[in-house]
Amino acid sequence: MHRIVSKTRLSPNVTRLDVEARRIAEIRQPGQFVIIRRAPKAERIPLTIADTNPVAGTISLVIQSVGKSTQDLVAMEVGQAIQDISGPLGMPTELIESGRALCIGGGVGTAVVHPIAQGLHQREVPVISVIGGRSKEWVIFEEELRRLGEVVVCTDDGSYGRKGFVTDAAKDILTAGGITIVYAVGPVPMMRAVTNLTRSFGVHTVVSLNPIMVDGTGMCGGCRVDVGGETKFACVDGPEFDGHKVNFDLLADRLSTYRTHEQSSLDRHDHNCRIGLGK
Amino acid sequence: MIQMKISPKERLAIQRQLMPEQDALERAHNFAEVNLGFPEQLALLEAQRCIQCKDPKCVNGCPVRVNIPRFIKFVAEGNLQEAARSLLGDNALPGVTGRVCPQETQCEAECIRGLKGKPVAIGYLERYVADWAFQNANGLKQAPAAPTGKKVAVVGAGPAGLTAAGELAKQGHSVTIYEALHQPGGVLVYGIPEFRLPKKIVDLEVQRLQEAGVEIECNVVIGRTYTLNELRAKFDAIFIGNGAGLPVFMNVPGENFKGVYSANEYLTRVNLMAAYDFPQADTPVLIGKRVAVLGGGNVAMDSARTAKRLGADASMIIYRRTRKEMPARAEEVHHAEQEGIQFEFLVAPVEVLGNDKKWVTGLKCIRMQLGEPDASGRRSPVPIPGSEFVLDCDIVVVAIGTRANPLLTATCPELKLNKRGNIEADENGMTSLPGVFAGGDIVRGAATVILAMGDGKRAAQSIGDYLKAKVG
Ligand SMILES: Cc1cc2nc3c(=O)[nH]c(=O)nc-3n(C[C@H](O)[C@H](O)[C@H](O)COP(=O)(O)OP(=O)(O)OC[C@H]3O[C@@H](n4cnc5c(N)ncnc54)[C@H](O)[C@@H]3O)c2cc1C
Ligand SMILES: Cc1cc2nc3c(=O)[nH]c(=O)nc-3n(C[C@H](O)[C@H](O)[C@H](O)COP(=O)(O)OP(=O)(O)OC[C@H]3O[C@@H](n4cnc5c(N)ncnc54)[C@H](O)[C@@H]3O)c2cc1C
Ligand code: FES
Repeated sequence: MHRIVSKTRLSPNVTRLDVEARRIAEIRQPGQFVIIRRAPKAERIPLTIADTNPVAGTISLVIQSVGKSTQDLVAMEVGQAIQDISGPLGMPTELIESGRALCIGGGVGTAVVHPIAQGLHQREVPVISVIGGRSKEWVIFEEELRRLGEVVVCTDDGSYGRKGFVTDAAKDILTAGGITIVYAVGPVPMMRAVTNLTRSFGVHTVVSLNPIMVDGTGMCGGCRVDVGGETKFACVDGPEFDGHKVNFDLLADRLSTYRTHEQSSLDRHDHNCRIGLGK
Repeated sequence: MIQMKISPKERLAIQRQLMPEQDALERAHNFAEVNLGFPEQLALLEAQRCIQCKDPKCVNGCPVRVNIPRFIKFVAEGNLQEAARSLLGDNALPGVTGRVCPQETQCEAECIRGLKGKPVAIGYLERYVADWAFQNANGLKQAPAAPTGKKVAVVGAGPAGLTAAGELAKQGHSVTIYEALHQPGGVLVYGIPEFRLPKKIVDLEVQRLQEAGVEIECNVVIGRTYTLNELRAKFDAIFIGNGAGLPVFMNVPGENFKGVYSANEYLTRVNLMAAYDFPQADTPVLIGKRVAVLGGGNVAMDSARTAKRLGADASMIIYRRTRKEMPARAEEVHHAEQEGIQFEFLVAPVEVLGNDKKWVTGLKCIRMQLGEPDASGRRSPVPIPGSEFVLDCDIVVVAIGTRANPLLTATCPELKLNKRGNIEADENGMTSLPGVFAGGDIVRGAATVILAMGDGKRAAQSIGDYLKAKVG
């Protein structure tokens, strides 16, 4: 069991939970994730290790509530315990040793980009981060990223930072030159747009894919993605891949597999909450 | 129970007792166990059929050499306590093997009574004794062995790992099992469905091990949470039983359409994650109207029968050879037929077809004919040119095999593998690394529960010898 030691709301639908998981806290590397199963009968869902405190033996999970499993998770309170956490899973990020990195985070992807920026910073690679959200209140991890380098914030409505998409800001930075590598994490359309942009600049781009997973150990093949025409299992071969080779259409399509189930889960969940059955 | 003396003639006159089972039409819609188990009366009658051969051939047919006539004799005498002691002494998981072993090609194939008539139902009797033992566990507890102070790590809580752990604990070593998933059991809990092997049985077997002092740590992935070399530094010896869990796909166009599953994913969702109980359980699974399952082994039968239970109108086995070559257990094929599973023999998939939304709509297939026998002695199928046809379906389950998962071995390049990625181990389970032993599917490739258990047992023996030698 893994006790929740702190809970912070970061944006209207993103919550950070710091959870006890000593071994994982000690050895995780940027790019790695855990699979958690909140309670018996709950789903196994993958979440990136956004930060870690090896001394306290905790890891930080930054969770966007999109469906039943994530909502149930963020409804948990400090002192309660998560049943199962396994990890750290996936291959660590391939971090460059020299040059200059551009880290792009969209929405909850900003939390996923954070450990990558941390790793680069540790290697003394200069990092510039471009992060975005719908409006000011949706921007997360700005402060954490500022500790690691320059940060450009973009909001769709211009309520904070620069108005527009992260790709607009990224384009200016790439045009100015000097970027060795781009790390981009966010919704599929954003990662696709970033890779289209960086392709024209010829800058190597790493993306973190988020297919539906079950075991996270290469046993089921449910997480398969197409990278350069080859089938890869994102949980063991990834989750990070060369963005210029990823078949984003396939990823987006496979993510929609359970849409009707997800809706029925949520409807039922909301109903139970209203009539007082949900915890 | 009073034991009746019967003459040899009377003994030979007793017919093989039938296993009571759930009605086929009813069970095709539920996940409860198909076989209901012998009641006492039938078990006694069946046990009396055994003629207690001086040189019992059945024992040679058993990969772990269970002393079959001995435990059956105790059953015939109504002494279940001794029957259970005898059986459990030879086989750590009789509740499992009594249900899933291919008896018809092992012990029962060798039974003398099978020469004229039907062999003794050894598997059913094994199950009977094991189930009795669960109910009467207290009388069977063994005194713990004197601690040796040696620590052994076991990787994977499948049948190989569980058996090795049990034997090692009996020797007095302190044993810790590391299991990647949240529940111990391996294929027994994520693959083999409830209707064939209830989870409860596996839980009871696991509980028995824990009571014998075995520690089980779930959610630990060796190769990620700890490397093999870290374990080597912390333990005196290691047994690797991490299975052959990497699914093989067909490599045909359309394989990534929504509705194509590996059997591992399909069965894991339904079994381990209880998707049949969605939305009471959170994990979903797609429910097909017409489900095509590719393959002819136990995994394929389990998938097709699962699809039927989830509500498919048509659940079809697509196999590229004929009925005779199917590697599945005879009883499963028989049960599948009773439940209305359709069989398409001598058919191979060419392409998965999908609609504009990328949902599976069908399977393009080609008819095959049997050619010359291949290396395994089976006649290999060859396509008949121009015989392509389309089979309508909305789910495709790929059950054509699994390979060794490289997750663990990739982090320990010193460990010698064969060219298929399986760990190389000698007949005692010893690998190329001192103190590291392996067995089960990771060594053999996808095989059987009993072979995995046999490996676990043998390896535990050699680990014991190794640890003794290390001291002296
Ligand atoms: C390696 C990896 C790391 C991830 N890290 C994080 C993280 O740090 N923080 C975070 O909030 N989320 C992360 N995700 C996504 C997260 O796992 C999913 O949002 C979650 O499983 C959705 O479960 P649900 O029941 O709440 O939603 P559902 O009801 O299952 O789905 C709701 C919506 O989310 C989409 N969805 C379903 N499963 C996934 C999935 N696995 N990934 C993305 N979208 C999905 C569906 O298509 C649907 O539109 C990660 C995914 C992967 C594969
Ligand atoms: C659907 C299906 C039906 C079958 N039906 C039958 C049958 O009727 N009769 C029969 O005899 N055989 C049957 N088999 C085959 C049989 O189940 C296997 O041969 C047997 O389970 C192999 O045992 P094992 O202990 O080697 O591996 P497994 O049972 O595969 O167990 C390996 C365990 O190791 C864990 N693991 C893997 N990697 C790691 C890691 N890196 N770190 C920690 N843990 C790890 C896994 O999660 C798993 O729990 C069937 C197989 C399947 C898939
Ligand atoms: S999640 Fe099952 S193989 Fe990747």
